[in-house]
Amino acid sequence: MAQEESPEYDVLIVGGGGAGLRAAIAAYETNPNLKIAVISKVYPMRSHTVSAEGGAAAVIKPDDSLDDHCYDTISGADWMCDQDAVESFVNEAPNELLQLEHWGCPWSREADGSVAVRPFGGMKIKRTWYASDKTGFHMLHTLFQTSLKYDPIQRYDEWFVTKLLVEDGRCQGVVAIELATGRIEPILAKSVILSTGGCGKIFPFTTNANIKNGDGMSLAYRAGIPLKDMEFIQYHPTGLPFTGILITEASRAEGGHLLNKDGYRYLQDYDLGKPEPKPVLRSMELGPRDRLSQAFVKEQERGGTMAGEYGHYVHLDLRHLGEKIIDSRLPFVRELCAKYENIDPVTDLIPVRPVVHYMMGGISTDIDAATVLPGVYSAGEAACVSINGANRLGSNSLTEILVFGARAGKNAAAFALEQKEASSGLQAQVEDERNRLAKLMLGEGTESIAGLRKEMHDTMEEGAGIYRTRDSLAASGQKVRELQERVVNVKVSDASHTFNTDLTAAIELTYMLDGAEAIIASALLRDESRGSHQRSDFPERDDDKFLQHSLAYREPGGSPRIEYQPVSITRWPPAKREYGQQKG
Amino acid sequence: MAEETITIEVLRYLPENGAEPEFQSYDVPLRSDWVVLDALNHIKDHIDGTLSYRWSCRMGVCGSCGMMINGEPVLTCAAFLTKYAPGPIRVEPLAHFPVVRDLVTEVTDFVDKLKHVKPWVVREEDKPLEEGEFKQTPAELSDFKSYTMCINCMLCYSACPVYGLEPGFAGPAALALAQRYNLDNRDEGNDERMARLSNDEGIWSCTMVGECSEACPKDVDPAGAIQRYKLAGAAEWWKSFITRKGK
Amino acid sequence: MESKTGYTLHHPKWHRDAKPIFWWVKRWVYIGFIFRELTSVAVAYSAILMIILYRSVQSGPEAYAQMLECLSHPVMLVINVLALGAVLYHSITWFNLSPKAMVVRLGDWRVPDLMIAGGNYAGWFLISAVIAAAYILG
Repeated sequence: MAQEESPEYDVLIVGGGGAGLRAAIAAYETNPNLKIAVISKVYPMRSHTVSAEGGAAAVIKPDDSLDDHCYDTISGADWMCDQDAVESFVNEAPNELLQLEHWGCPWSREADGSVAVRPFGGMKIKRTWYASDKTGFHMLHTLFQTSLKYDPIQRYDEWFVTKLLVEDGRCQGVVAIELATGRIEPILAKSVILSTGGCGKIFPFTTNANIKNGDGMSLAYRAGIPLKDMEFIQYHPTGLPFTGILITEASRAEGGHLLNKDGYRYLQDYDLGKPEPKPVLRSMELGPRDRLSQAFVKEQERGGTMAGEYGHYVHLDLRHLGEKIIDSRLPFVRELCAKYENIDPVTDLIPVRPVVHYMMGGISTDIDAATVLPGVYSAGEAACVSINGANRLGSNSLTEILVFGARAGKNAAAFALEQKEASSGLQAQVEDERNRLAKLMLGEGTESIAGLRKEMHDTMEEGAGIYRTRDSLAASGQKVRELQERVVNVKVSDASHTFNTDLTAAIELTYMLDGAEAIIASALLRDESRGSHQRSDFPERDDDKFLQHSLAYREPGGSPRIEYQPVSITRWPPAKREYGQQKG
Repeated sequence: MAEETITIEVLRYLPENGAEPEFQSYDVPLRSDWVVLDALNHIKDHIDGTLSYRWSCRMGVCGSCGMMINGEPVLTCAAFLTKYAPGPIRVEPLAHFPVVRDLVTEVTDFVDKLKHVKPWVVREEDKPLEEGEFKQTPAELSDFKSYTMCINCMLCYSACPVYGLEPGFAGPAALALAQRYNLDNRDEGNDERMARLSNDEGIWSCTMVGECSEACPKDVDPAGAIQRYKLAGAAEWWKSFITRKGK
Repeated sequence: MESKTGYTLHHPKWHRDAKPIFWWVKRWVYIGFIFRELTSVAVAYSAILMIILYRSVQSGPEAYAQMLECLSHPVMLVINVLALGAVLYHSITWFNLSPKAMVVRLGDWRVPDLMIAGGNYAGWFLISAVIAAAYILG
């Protein structure tokens, strides 16, 4: 891609995962004459959508109803989601999944050839479409391959965005580094969609891939767009400690036990039912994700967990199921353990611990995927509409990337059609950005990237983990502020212009620190416990004060300022979130 | 007690300094749960920040971290150090691709080849969404399911000597992808794809070495896909031959 | 295909390794593959020999006798034994590959690879047996 002039697009999509690709196709379908580009720091098929296993929820079977899907989503979210957004999401979900079926997604099937659905945690009824246990992988590849059909969709693969260009009150493009050559170029656009995924890598133990550093969140934050509900972070109770590889809920549904260091099924001590010979739904190991993660922390405090090189852990025991069941029902679990962690669940106990899985919060958008900054849209895990509230319902996220990806694409296209040419003052900003990056590459700093990253990991785990208190958050907040000041002096040891991953790692670290600061500031002010946000000092939900979204704005000095915005309630007034007991 | 270590020899290439690629050795801890990718990350974080390579998911599904280890193309996230102990372990960029830097290869050619095979559902007429899903029985799905499992890691291209000798060859993953759509009952693009691929840069270049299927970490069996494709191609040729004669 | 242009800022200079002529001696699999490819020469040779033999039969008993004499020369015997071995190897690899190219379905049941290859072998032996029987029964 060797244009001399700055390229100019109508719609520029940052991030080539599921949401970004869906947005690109939607923009094309809105108007095939638009100039569309997708810019991504990795080749699109490497995006983290690829790792999602479970499935995508949408109402399609006659015994299901849209209202049920709404209710499951809203109650799962502990009433923190916007109900108008949830309703649109649920309404548009079936067609989006159907569209993907028409594009060739290999959905698993019933014997009669119709799409198969399966049950998923927190759902009253079977509604999850799946493609074996690799749903995200198949969705991403289907979207990527289908996107190849549209010649006007230009791709900038392995370009790393460092800045949004904002002039005359609207966003007009980005500055990005072409990794292969080190060129730093402006890519102008009338509208920009941020679909860069979450920021799980802020935490030491996560299922997230290495690329998930909250790039888009930070880009938006620095451009004055608030980050919404950043304190809500979903943990998955059974990840492998070192790699964060997720061991699916199915392993517990098949009868796997969680054992403490004495081989005791400790969940029975945390109000999760009594051990039965056969697995019982919503009891013991099949309790909700957040409750299991919280029980782990309590057990750790009691001294029942084991300390390993990669933090504390407990054991998942599948041995009693025998090789036959493991091979027939859980082959992927055995494969993952063997291939990537060197253990065999048939003979070995699997070390597991709660790991950060998903960011409910993100770039604050409205129901049309638009942000407060004209010209900037966002979709996917990067965004917060919000339909996930305080706790995302399993298998809603893959549907979300389609529904809101398409909405972002359509609305960004419509916005672009109304805009005039780019402002003239952009070049100065581009030069400033070039100078900033050149200075970073001089390698004159003294702080090590890995060192700062480790300090960030430690303090986030310590102060902003599964259970938080005002003191722990305040201490971590102070620490992250200190890291923000030190990261200015980070050392980039690689001076090469060719594929300089040391430079990108340094910039990613600054992105993560922005996310970390927003998380802590939002969590510190939320004096209640709701969904995934658990405050030991405020164990109850407080609807009077906190049925509100938090909005983290970046102050000129860099620290966050928190404002609040009411949650939109339409048809489902807040009620108690019921888990653990039998219910409809 | 000193921790046991293992030596990793990495092929380094930096275009700026004008030199040919050279091996550089690093000693890393030999841990039973570490894969070669973990060793590279250790080097990057603690020994030499200038080492460049691609990686992301560390669970064998994103397809980024394929490299040559001791001459074999593998995913480094699934290659335990202990398997290669006592070492040394030679790590090189994937064979047959131009090297951009260190372990980073040029893959635009591969992505262009994917596009060349028209990897999307080709229909004369799109089916309206209101008509619901296409029916596809589990048996129909299983016809092409294994070919959908390709993660585009490109190990098969490094294993394929034909691609090494003739870079114009569409290659195993792209041809398997073509078959994936050809065999999907929702697709009507067989003829278009056959026109593009029944030639010297397509299926007929494959000489059935079979190493692509050996290297594949996802059991896609591209070699099998191409042989099936050849059979279909030959049948097509005979059909057109006979109908031409008949006229 | 080594790129000759020097590195300039912001223009990539890729490194390309040329494949050496003897690339295939590095691995047994590749050696086996090259050997299999070479056996096609033997297949071609056998076909040509067949045609020559057929022509000599057509040209009368004298030409046929001359041909037989030529074939019984020790050098020819060695060549033909080697060719037979190569053709056999070629056929076996071919039959073993056949399940890869042919997917046979009977209703919902996919015929296993072993049976497809087995069917090919059975056909081969059957035809050989018929020819042998025709020869013996004369």
